[in-house]
Amino acid sequence: MTRTGQPLDIARGQVDLGHGAGGRAMAQLIEQLFQAHFDSPALKRGHDAALLAPPGGRLVMCTDSFVVSPVFFPGGDIGALAVNGTVNDLAMGGGVPLYLTAAFILEEGFPLADLKRIATSMARAAREAGVDIVSGDTKVVERGHGDGIYITTAGVGVVPEGIDIGGDRARPGDVVLINGPIGDHGIAIMSKRENLSFGSDIESDCQPLGDLVGAMLAAVPSTRVLRDPTRGGLGSTLNEIAQQSGIGIELDEAAIPVRREVQSACELLGLDPLYVANEGKLIAVCPPDDAERLLAAMKAHPRGRQSAIIGRIVEDERRFVRMVTGFGGTRMVDWIAGEQLPRIC
Amino acid sequence: MKYVEEFRDPKLARTLSAAIAAEAGSGRSYRFMEFCGGHTHAIARYGIEDLLPANIRMIHGPGCPVCVLPAGLVDAAIALSTQHDVILCTYADLMRVPGSKFDSLMKAKARGADIRMIYAVTDALRIATENPDRAVVFFAIGFETTTPPTAVAVKRARDLGLTNFFVHCNHVLTPAAMRAILDGRGEGSVLLDGFVGPSHVSTIIGTDPYEEFVRDYAKPVVITGFEPLDVMQGVLQLVRQVNDGRVAVENEYSRCVSRDGNRVAQAMMAEVFDLRDSFEWRGLGEVPHSALKIRDGYAAFDAERHFGLDLPEARENKACACGEVLRGEKTPSECGIFGNPCTPDNPLGACMVSSEGACAAHWTYGRFRQGEKPAVRA
Repeated sequence: MTRTGQPLDIARGQVDLGHGAGGRAMAQLIEQLFQAHFDSPALKRGHDAALLAPPGGRLVMCTDSFVVSPVFFPGGDIGALAVNGTVNDLAMGGGVPLYLTAAFILEEGFPLADLKRIATSMARAAREAGVDIVSGDTKVVERGHGDGIYITTAGVGVVPEGIDIGGDRARPGDVVLINGPIGDHGIAIMSKRENLSFGSDIESDCQPLGDLVGAMLAAVPSTRVLRDPTRGGLGSTLNEIAQQSGIGIELDEAAIPVRREVQSACELLGLDPLYVANEGKLIAVCPPDDAERLLAAMKAHPRGRQSAIIGRIVEDERRFVRMVTGFGGTRMVDWIAGEQLPRIC
Repeated sequence: MKYVEEFRDPKLARTLSAAIAAEAGSGRSYRFMEFCGGHTHAIARYGIEDLLPANIRMIHGPGCPVCVLPAGLVDAAIALSTQHDVILCTYADLMRVPGSKFDSLMKAKARGADIRMIYAVTDALRIATENPDRAVVFFAIGFETTTPPTAVAVKRARDLGLTNFFVHCNHVLTPAAMRAILDGRGEGSVLLDGFVGPSHVSTIIGTDPYEEFVRDYAKPVVITGFEPLDVMQGVLQLVRQVNDGRVAVENEYSRCVSRDGNRVAQAMMAEVFDLRDSFEWRGLGEVPHSALKIRDGYAAFDAERHFGLDLPEARENKACACGEVLRGEKTPSECGIFGNPCTPDNPLGACMVSSEGACAAHWTYGRFRQGEKPAVRA
């Protein structure tokens, strides 16, 4: 027996409307699935609002929603993604991630076994990222009104003294770095899409980056821009930076790391890896004199072994991102237009 | 990637670039049309223009299936999906192509039409099998490359005894379009020194069908693969033919293309499809014998006959120069609405939709060149 009565039938049970009704069933779900796994003192107090001591310094705060399909994919699941996504957004603000909240929208009929798997995965990701999940919410929608599970997380972190990160801080002459190969997440997801499945060993790069950012900022506090190239990929994120900083960017295609398998899958699907999503990558911009030191700090960290310098910031009032292609010509790297559509011939 | 990287080698690119520059150094200019959107895309994506001398101009041809689809047929697809309660299956490129009055399949889908983006025609067959109570229409577009799979699907539907699967056939033929360009169909003609010939299309039809352009029009054709080194080699061969005063069909893409092509695929196409007397192309207008329809023997699968669509005449956007661009008379940036307001996010003309369209390729990869010298030279 638990505080809230009979244990949930995790193996065979499904989410029903009662789990969102505010009664005993909901209390069971929260206690046995979420509180049990997340292991947070603030959460265990059972209040709607978590009581936290102010950490001091400047705060970063962000929120993100997760609707990935399929929910489980090679290298991760929606739970790990929901934790890492928000942790990484905090880290890209130069923050040390501290606390998360998690809100679940569950569709009637969603298997409790899957929910447990997701909660376990979130707990593991939170431990790895060093954050506490301190508050949560659960709603259940009728069958057909959701896609199994949606998760929204919000996060709070603290920015160390002397750190000033912003998308508007890139300056001509600065150097652009990345912490590893691009496109893994998007291709891992696509390889499991119902109408597209193809054999592949590619795993999502879903991982928390707070730790890596900590090491980078310790080595090079003058780092100016950090951004994670998630949806829209490297190409779109670099355009955001160019836009916000009012500069141009010149990339060297040959220097951009892409796994062979990802390159092959992109060939097959008519996609450009520059626009394929990542969930464990970051772009950094720093002054030229600090670039080698930053690269060394990134390479010394397990989440940055394959880091590389991929380009530099240039003056360009049109704010174009250009790339010297591996073939030897030059092209633009534009914002992505709509979804990446596969070519038909 | 094996069998791909070899064709993107930057060292070989520099060697070829130097060879082209040397052989094209006579002072004359060269105008070559790459017929296929696949070549247009490769030229833009790899920055091949930077590796060609200034006196070689590449003219982007009409070989982009969605670009040449007239607005009226987009209207037909929208009407099928909104008025006939069908499940409309099509390749994703078609979704954003503008029909009349700024409408598109993407917008129809948002309004509630059941439109499915598929990757292969077999997906449409599967959807038909899974939804026996609904009519499923495959809106077939494309050149000879995508035609054999449609033929297979129609035959397969017959073998499966499906009564709810239909094809709206808009398959078009490459040689007819090349002929139309050389005949100056439309409002004007272009002076071409030769064609970078289709690669995938030619795997199906072979090299023989291009002999008429040598015989009747005295134009060199070099069948060329889609990889960037292929394109450069193709250009070099064209330059050599022009310089030597020779006119021939040459096959640069011999690793995939034979003289006869794929005879099995050709037989299957002939069994299922028949030649249309005429077909309207965006940019080229009515072109005789340039497209396929479903043969009488397979009439039960013909969406045109089954649904009997009767649509008002479609209007193209008047400001759009897609026609001139598709005929090679204008470059994309010479169109008055290029970039403002027509962009890949807000395409007013079909050439801005597909990544293989001349305007989309120039906007996405090449517009930095406007008003400045190329940044990199080999």
